[in-house]
Amino acid sequence: MSHKSTYEPKTGFEKWMDERLPIIRLGYDSFVDFPSPKNLNYFWTFGGILAIFLVIQIVTGVILAMHYTPHADLAFNSVEHIRRDVNWGRIIQAAHANGASFFFLAVYIHIFRGLYYGSYKAPREVLWILGVVIFLLMMATAFMGYVLPWGQMSFWAATVITNFFSAIPLVGEGLMVFLRGAFAVDNATLNRFFSLHYLLPFMIAGVVGLHIWALHVPGNNNPTGVEVKTKADTVPFHPYLTMKDLFAIVVFMIPFAWFVFFAPDILGHPDNYIPADPQVTPPHIVPEWYFLPFYAILRAIDFNIGPIDSKLGGVIAMFGSIAIWFIVPWLDRSKVRSGAFRPMFKWFYWIWIVNFIGLTYLGAQPAEGVYVILSKTATFYYFAYFLIILPFLPRIETTLPLPASISESVLAKHKTEAAE
Amino acid sequence: MKKLNSLIGAALIAASGMLAGSAYAAGGGEHSGPEAKLIDWTFGGVFGTYDKAQLQRGFQVFQEVCSACHGAELFSFRMLEKEGGPEYSEAQVKALAASYTIQDPEHIDGERSGVPADKWPSPFETVQDAKDANGGVMPPDFSVLAKARNVPQKFPNWIGNYFTAYQEGGADYIYNLLTGYNDAPEGVEVGAGQYWNDHFHGTGGTLAMAPPLFDEMVDYEGEAPETVDQYAKDIAAFMMWLAEPDMTSRKALGFNVLMFLFLFAGMMYMVKRKLWSSVDH
Repeated sequence: MSHKSTYEPKTGFEKWMDERLPIIRLGYDSFVDFPSPKNLNYFWTFGGILAIFLVIQIVTGVILAMHYTPHADLAFNSVEHIRRDVNWGRIIQAAHANGASFFFLAVYIHIFRGLYYGSYKAPREVLWILGVVIFLLMMATAFMGYVLPWGQMSFWAATVITNFFSAIPLVGEGLMVFLRGAFAVDNATLNRFFSLHYLLPFMIAGVVGLHIWALHVPGNNNPTGVEVKTKADTVPFHPYLTMKDLFAIVVFMIPFAWFVFFAPDILGHPDNYIPADPQVTPPHIVPEWYFLPFYAILRAIDFNIGPIDSKLGGVIAMFGSIAIWFIVPWLDRSKVRSGAFRPMFKWFYWIWIVNFIGLTYLGAQPAEGVYVILSKTATFYYFAYFLIILPFLPRIETTLPLPASISESVLAKHKTEAAE
Repeated sequence: MKKLNSLIGAALIAASGMLAGSAYAAGGGEHSGPEAKLIDWTFGGVFGTYDKAQLQRGFQVFQEVCSACHGAELFSFRMLEKEGGPEYSEAQVKALAASYTIQDPEHIDGERSGVPADKWPSPFETVQDAKDANGGVMPPDFSVLAKARNVPQKFPNWIGNYFTAYQEGGADYIYNLLTGYNDAPEGVEVGAGQYWNDHFHGTGGTLAMAPPLFDEMVDYEGEAPETVDQYAKDIAAFMMWLAEPDMTSRKALGFNVLMFLFLFAGMMYMVKRKLWSSVDH
């Protein structure tokens, strides 16, 4: 930890422990006396919300695994068995399925907050990269989890996604068969997906540990983007941010509970209540909502580029759309960290957000007519933001004057509020 | 307050993403047939519960009409006793189960009379038998069918579904299908053993199921009208219950959970305010 440890072991046990494994010290320095900027807004509560959702997903998931049967002939009915016959099963299953949606909702807000306030910039590049790794692991976990109920959408999603890999030259076909464990999606696929679906969340938990470690070395970014200068700029993490985070977590639980108890199936596709049937292809194969932006990018590439055919091009664009996040810290050339002081950036940023929501919508629409053109335009802007706007905008943008410190910006804010 | 606004703003932005993503629930823009009629079900909404009498009538329609061709492999006799369901008495369910013969290879005769724990006997022994008897098409199993169907709704109508917790699309689909048999539109060829339905797949189409319901086909005990319209509503409600037999208790618990969360959130807000009141932030 970068800040000086203020932990003083008081009891005999704490002293004994501190000389052997200073884990109590680690916890105290990380979550009790950790100095945090006092001007964090509610967008900074999503880290805590995400931690809670990881726990919810793991706990409900472990319980579901006790009752679930990963076999192509039995999986569908075993999920219904959980909903019908297991004590609290319908709540646990609904919390797990909808929990995935809310996990992604929270992670998107968390990522977009980072993009706005420049949280990826030095010295937080590693923190950001670890976050992108977590997001990729989440995507893999969620996709494999969606396959487990073995409904029509499960089966066909597995078929479509594993088929992407066949686009890779030379090794593609072999890789696809390796991933499926068979020539077609079947029991072997379901089994390995179940195994990996149980494994990956613990890998996420591990990377989350690194993510928090990498956060606690430079400390939090904040809405001004101006680094903490003195102790007056900060408050101790506990109780100030623990209580604020807890408030935000409880508020976020309200829409979550609404979906779990009153509309548990509304975010899913009705076709997934039809048992998987390799003989019948559903008219529209659509992924869960949180994958739709990337699905839209995949489908937007419907033309060949030299030796790269449209299928491979689509796969490259789709993976590239997330891979590009890894190098955002170096693409953005602005010296000013926070978007709050970048008048032109703000516009491009919000257009990018609307564009992303637009891609979500387009991913759910059939790939025909006006949707194709819109998808291409939106995909272009998605990449242009990272490859053109972030590197070159700073050359022409005049940024607003930065406050000298967090405390000064707080004072200035109060003055304007008083004047209003 | 400004911070709270930003939180609400964030939630709205994110929620609009979720809504945009779920647009496919509405089925895109290819709707061409007549609009589906949405029924005001007793089990809709936050306080929705099943109408016991309706479920009993629906079960009667299932027993006398549908179950001749359609199975329901997750349906056991004992479910008919469940609280919030049709709520038949234990004795009634026992007697009903006993009136059915269950294939049981472990029994000395290979079959025996049913008990409440038994599953509803399938009308056909194999999938192939079912197909052979139904023009080559397997009549779908009823267990979760009401959740596997939905009615198409145009933009922006479906947006409201997230706020009203509309989960009755399957029941609405079944009702519209059963009342949607019609003469095929001009220019549409209807093959032998096929029937035109205005609502099949949400857009209209031909299916292999002949119109299954006729007026006065099932003899109701009470006052309910013996019409196709009423039968269709009753069987749709029954199928929704079959797919979601514990909905009532889930919603009741959900109401308590939400009340708790609102109270907890209010208290946490006051804790947070008090705590931060001494910090210039």
